[in-house]
Amino acid sequence: MFGIDPVTLAAALIAASTPILLAAIGELVVEKSGVLNLGVEGMMIMGAICGFIACVTTGSPWLGFVAGAAGGAALSLIFGVLTQFLLSNQVATGLALTLFGLGMSALMGEDYTGINPPLTPKLFPEALRQLEVVGPILFGHDLIVYLSVALVAAVAWGLARTRTGLIIRAVGENHDAAHSLGYKVIRIRILAILFGGACAGLGGAYLSLVRVPSWTEGMTAGAGWIALAIVVFASWRPWRALIGAYLFGGIAALQLRLQAAQIDIPVALLDASPYIVTIIVLVIISTDRTRAALNAPAALGRVFHASG
Amino acid sequence: MLRLEKRPNPSRAWAIGTPVLAVILTMIAGGALFAALGKDPVEAIRLIFWDPLFNERVASFSRPQLLVKAGPLILIAIGLSLGFRAGIWNIGAEGQYIIGAICGAAFGLAFYPSESIFLFPAMVIVGTLGGLLWAMIPGVLKTVFRTNEILVSLLLVYVAEAILALAATGFLRNPEGMGFPGSRNLARHPGTDNPELIANTGMHWGVIAAFVAVIAAYVLLNRHLFGYQVKLAGQAPRAARFHGVSPNALILTCMGISGALAGMAGLFEVTGPAGQITIDFNVGYGFTAIIVAFLGRLHPVGILFAGLLMALTYIGGELAQLMLGLPASAIQVFQGMLLFFLLALDVLSNYRIRIGGRAAA
Repeated sequence: MFGIDPVTLAAALIAASTPILLAAIGELVVEKSGVLNLGVEGMMIMGAICGFIACVTTGSPWLGFVAGAAGGAALSLIFGVLTQFLLSNQVATGLALTLFGLGMSALMGEDYTGINPPLTPKLFPEALRQLEVVGPILFGHDLIVYLSVALVAAVAWGLARTRTGLIIRAVGENHDAAHSLGYKVIRIRILAILFGGACAGLGGAYLSLVRVPSWTEGMTAGAGWIALAIVVFASWRPWRALIGAYLFGGIAALQLRLQAAQIDIPVALLDASPYIVTIIVLVIISTDRTRAALNAPAALGRVFHASG
Repeated sequence: MLRLEKRPNPSRAWAIGTPVLAVILTMIAGGALFAALGKDPVEAIRLIFWDPLFNERVASFSRPQLLVKAGPLILIAIGLSLGFRAGIWNIGAEGQYIIGAICGAAFGLAFYPSESIFLFPAMVIVGTLGGLLWAMIPGVLKTVFRTNEILVSLLLVYVAEAILALAATGFLRNPEGMGFPGSRNLARHPGTDNPELIANTGMHWGVIAAFVAVIAAYVLLNRHLFGYQVKLAGQAPRAARFHGVSPNALILTCMGISGALAGMAGLFEVTGPAGQITIDFNVGYGFTAIIVAFLGRLHPVGILFAGLLMALTYIGGELAQLMLGLPASAIQVFQGMLLFFLLALDVLSNYRIRIGGRAAA
């Protein structure tokens, strides 16, 4: 169809989805602990620039990814301190994080436009990647792609089957009850926020080091907001976040190919398509109120203040 | 050990004190940032906050700019503040601003080359309606399907930007523009222009609309049932429902007002200071207005001052860019810092800080 090869499309889809998936799985854990961090976009772009600078200066993509995660986590710490210790409004603070992150990353990236970062190596040997169909799709990626899927599995298992997961969920459902049981609500939430920030930062670094790969101001272009939408789409279930991210990655990859193929669809419509589809999916999900409400953390976005 | 104790009522003194303190802290932190960039911090702060108003050489140019920049910020922030008070988060004002400008400009250009005196008022109405309808998308989706209005309104900004690109390169492109993107110049054509009303003040119809909006919002919040409902819904949603406040009507009204004002701001901008529809017509007023709304404590008079202050940082930022070579993004960081300090200090108006151990339960 339109001269688009389904195998390369599937391979591109996975690469396109990885930044969003990483950010979404981090935010999912944050929201499960009862905190709504709308600063994903800001943390992603901070990760993108921190990772890019580290990678270009050291020449190591791996240090770049570590720096990206650290950059995202550092920014999320501001959010953590403000919302958990200074009890600020989470919606407003998240927005502030995004505005600040966009500005800060632009400032840091002044001298880094138009540079190509060192390539991130593929994980599997050439022979495997040359295989028909499965080669490009299953074996054609770098470590971070597999890490993102492993992270989904780990979060799914961790939240459902481990004691830590149970505590996170308890804090997210009813922080007063969790506090009465002796759990350190604020400490647990700060750790969840840091995890979310690191994941978003890693996703951002993947964007600037592999997906694009270069630095431009505002390069996340709403990916953080789409990640937030995916958490809602997934009804706070990790594996569904994977499906959601791949769905949106698929649309992003497809629309780019349609643009290249010069199909008779206005470019503006193709540019806007990932956002429009996200809105449509959000609407479809929200029509089924009971299911969404059942899984939503009950204390999401509420301020915790231990009185007494 | 420090401990927070909730105040029975928010402190009025701190409600005014926190924005002032936040501005001072931002100057200090911003100064440190500028110093880290290798610029003289004192000079940078002076260039941003003092010179645009009082330096003889630049003030004649920059003083009028104050109203030009503050106008749209205040107009948008007033609209947003109503919703923010009621817990309805329209964060897509940037998109409503773009759509308002496109709709109004398209209407005006459809009658080109008419110079009728009715054309500009009609464009204002169409632009306002454009912003209103764009904001109705998240509003209606919220009331009918309970879809999250934060995400929908924000995602629609990207859709609006795509439409803007289409307008500038396609359906609104100047047929006599030799193929360059961008519409005809509306500001230089009588009938579609939004002129400077008093020479060298920067005063245009959009600034007047902003002042009217401040007064209207003040009356609405203090003297009108709707304002009472907005405040009630924000502070006690359950009580509001028992009181007979319809949540859906409130969502649609707040979304509608904020969208309409953002659309209006866009129209005044495209017919005045900007002059034409271009790909990069929007400069982020819709997002900065969020900071203005919070800096003004969601209070109409506060927003008036906050809008002027934020406009000053824009103008001063440009000046510092020119004189010191300060990067343009530094001022964005500066504005973001201001919002952080403001949110952090908010704790002082809602809580008392106690030193010492826990009181007996």
